[in-house]
Amino acid sequence: MEFFERFAVPHPSPAIYASMVAIGLTVIAIIAGLTYFKKWGYLWREWLTTVDHKRIAIMYLISALLMLFRGGADAILMRAQLAVPDNKMLDAQHYNEIFTTHGVVMIMFMAMPFVFAFMNYLIPLQIGARDVAFPRLNAISFWLFFAGAMLFNISFVVGGSPDAGWTSYFPLAGNDFSTSVGTNYYMIALQISGLGTLMTGINMITTIFKMRAPGMTLMKMPMFTWSSLIANVIIVFAFPVLTVALAMGTMDRLFGTNFFTTSNGGMDMLWANLFWVWGHPEVYILILPAFGLYSEIIATFSGRNLYGYKSMVASMVLISLLSFLVWTHHFFTMGQGALTNSIFSITTMAIAVPTGVKIFNWLFTLWKGKIRFTVPMLYSLGFIPLFTVGGVTGVMLAMSAADYQYHNTMFLVAHFHNTIIPGVVFAMLAGFTYYWPKMFGFMLNEKIGKWTFWMLTVGFVLAFFPMYISGLDGQARRMYTYSEAAGFSMLNMLSFVGAAVMAFGFVLIVYNIYYSVRYSPRNIGANPWNARSLEWATHTPVPEYNFAITPNVASSEALRDVKNGHDLFPGKYEKIHMPNNSGLPFIMGVIFFVWGFSFVFAMWIPLIIATIGIFACMGYRSAEKDHGRYISVKEIEDTETKLRGA
Amino acid sequence: MKLKWALLAVFFTITTVLTGCEPLLVLDPKGPQAERQANDIMLSIGIMSFIVIAVLAILTYMLIKYRASKQSEDYEPPHIEGNPIVEAICVGIPVIIVIFLSIVSVKSNYIVEATPQGYEDQEPLVIYASSSNWKWHFSYPEEDIETVNYLYIPTDRPLEFKLYSYGPITSFWIPQLGGQKYAMADMVTTLHLAAEVPGEYMGRNANFSGEGFAENAFNVKAVPPAEFDEWVEEVKETASPLTEEKFNELLEPGHLGQSTYTGTHLEFSPAPEHNHGSSEQDEHSTDEHHESGHSEHDDEHSQH
Repeated sequence: MEFFERFAVPHPSPAIYASMVAIGLTVIAIIAGLTYFKKWGYLWREWLTTVDHKRIAIMYLISALLMLFRGGADAILMRAQLAVPDNKMLDAQHYNEIFTTHGVVMIMFMAMPFVFAFMNYLIPLQIGARDVAFPRLNAISFWLFFAGAMLFNISFVVGGSPDAGWTSYFPLAGNDFSTSVGTNYYMIALQISGLGTLMTGINMITTIFKMRAPGMTLMKMPMFTWSSLIANVIIVFAFPVLTVALAMGTMDRLFGTNFFTTSNGGMDMLWANLFWVWGHPEVYILILPAFGLYSEIIATFSGRNLYGYKSMVASMVLISLLSFLVWTHHFFTMGQGALTNSIFSITTMAIAVPTGVKIFNWLFTLWKGKIRFTVPMLYSLGFIPLFTVGGVTGVMLAMSAADYQYHNTMFLVAHFHNTIIPGVVFAMLAGFTYYWPKMFGFMLNEKIGKWTFWMLTVGFVLAFFPMYISGLDGQARRMYTYSEAAGFSMLNMLSFVGAAVMAFGFVLIVYNIYYSVRYSPRNIGANPWNARSLEWATHTPVPEYNFAITPNVASSEALRDVKNGHDLFPGKYEKIHMPNNSGLPFIMGVIFFVWGFSFVFAMWIPLIIATIGIFACMGYRSAEKDHGRYISVKEIEDTETKLRGA
Repeated sequence: MKLKWALLAVFFTITTVLTGCEPLLVLDPKGPQAERQANDIMLSIGIMSFIVIAVLAILTYMLIKYRASKQSEDYEPPHIEGNPIVEAICVGIPVIIVIFLSIVSVKSNYIVEATPQGYEDQEPLVIYASSSNWKWHFSYPEEDIETVNYLYIPTDRPLEFKLYSYGPITSFWIPQLGGQKYAMADMVTTLHLAAEVPGEYMGRNANFSGEGFAENAFNVKAVPPAEFDEWVEEVKETASPLTEEKFNELLEPGHLGQSTYTGTHLEFSPAPEHNHGSSEQDEHSTDEHHESGHSEHDDEHSQH
């Protein structure tokens, strides 16, 4: 009996039972739907086994959107709980699980796949390649991410969610104080998806270094590719730290080691250091590609080249270096003394300088431009002032003596949402709207899109600006309730209203997709936004091989060169070498899921079998003879004629 | 344009809400450390507002002047590479601001990490503040008394808090007297504070520490030194002694009201040493305590 008790949710509530039923019904509906419409084969051939970077990107995108709603549901529950003082809607345990999963889901399973969606889709197109350097590894990366995400998400119906905060500080996250399997889920799920992330990092760096089209020197790459390159370099340096920290945490929890315990020579502060040595660069992994997207969008809708290309690149390189030198600012209050705090205070503030350069470059890109207020541009223009507020509050937090008062308060919560939402989320939504026609061949409705933008912006300001004030009034973060006497009821109510407005905004996105699928005109041409970089030079929708003829690149703005008479596609059609689809990555994802689940519940026999399975897959791949396939000239000609005609 | 007005409207709402309320705790300091921090905060808000306004102004200007609807159909924006002078200014001004703020920040660091300014010649009152799930224990070794969940302090005397924890990392915070610092199980951290105005202040654990975190607060009463001495005398006469058995009972996870004892737990359960591993003996004495605590914990679970 005891064996099965571990699978039960330790703190069940009607909401959790309802979720169980909902999950069950959804799974049945999906299986029934696929069977009824006979789509199993289609799903397997076109999606589950694909190694095409564009399809993998779309799968990342769908996952990110699903997780956005999952994390968003957590967010709205938190704000509802805090909207009035002494609220009894959620109990402490439930609230703790919700803010923990909100943080993990939003960072690891929403923002990261969103960024990867754009990296996957855009990097090969922006550098004129046919795919990434290691297409099958790319598929494995995706399925590892997906296995990790699913494993993490079943935690709240099987065994209980982690409840020690997304930072999972020891000893709170150790066995003594977190007795459910929740934190095991955290350790293992992040480990699996983290492995996928590391592989993506290596894959993308190789792609960018080795697969650029002729003529494209590093300084002629579009800005998004530059930002991705730097983000992936940070991934390769930062993620191994997370891997090690999670492995040590797992051993502490499951094998009785004492890395982070407070006795037997363990040191809880070590976890905080390792976590943030990864955690701080992680925020730049998210924000740099977002900066890249803004650079593309602002240049396009100003009708101009990006101002200060070289300083943009230089500032990103500088940010990537500084990002590894600031982690201590997450715990100025840990007692390292005035000297250490002073050093990290200065390095942290120094990041404001390259970031400021980027803000000014975007502003000067508008200068003498011809500004069109499309939806992607609105997000980018909203980003500039809002992100500036987030950035300057970051400088305020960097003043370590003052940080003793901001730390662990709603002021901090306001600050990082103020950078992540206008910084990353707005960028993703801008990129989503901007690249939607390239991905799917029709535009999203502009009018609904503008409504969405305004709801998200107004909702954001309402939800997060009051937190700056309540933080200065002594509201600590992660409190599941507060008393009437504390005096921040009004501010929290405002936050809830803002969160509700944002929720409507996100629902409008779904409605917009539905509306545009039904009513949006097709036949929009290859370059509906009148953009300037290489990814817009191929057809819409993009053929499997991206470019029929490898482009000959002269500058970072390929389409402007074409206008000036440059021959972008010299030569004639030749047969194209492409990789074969493979079911192996998906199968490995499934095995990793089983592996992770067994690990979480310390079921050693299934774990050993799964481990053998993983190595068997790798062995099979090593022995497999798969030299890819060729697309014949005839096939290319047919496709090109069809797409040009369309 | 719309964006600007929306933002302005929000700023006005916020300022009206602000002025309608009591002063914010952090910006209403009652001691020298909190005052230094409040001054730093106000200074940085001032400089930062200037930056935000400058960015907003440039953005608004660009949007009004260069929007497509104002330009002729055939206007073709020029190709402009970066200009070294412009970019030097964009680097230079932030660098100057950052240097200025760095100097302020470093100075403040040394101030908040030392005996409050103006109190250097006084002997500080040492108080050991330790947290357990989800309570605070305050030991006054000098006075040989201990309180739970409330703190009595004399005004106009430097206070030296020695912080540690019998559980997860917590953070000791009295916003009106000064910023917070972590309390951890394997080392003692020191927080220097002082109160200048008698009164009752809110104190709490600011660092998430599990289920009972929200209620993990304590009351701080700052009284003139003479009154503080009277209180100590009164405690010594009326309170019962703190035994090891009683203290272990207090450490049990849960919430307790306020209570007062004579003697401190430091006698039988001393604070952890700062160093890790090198001084084996000191570590052992705290370890033992922990292990006994844990085994009780485990027993509880196996019974379920």
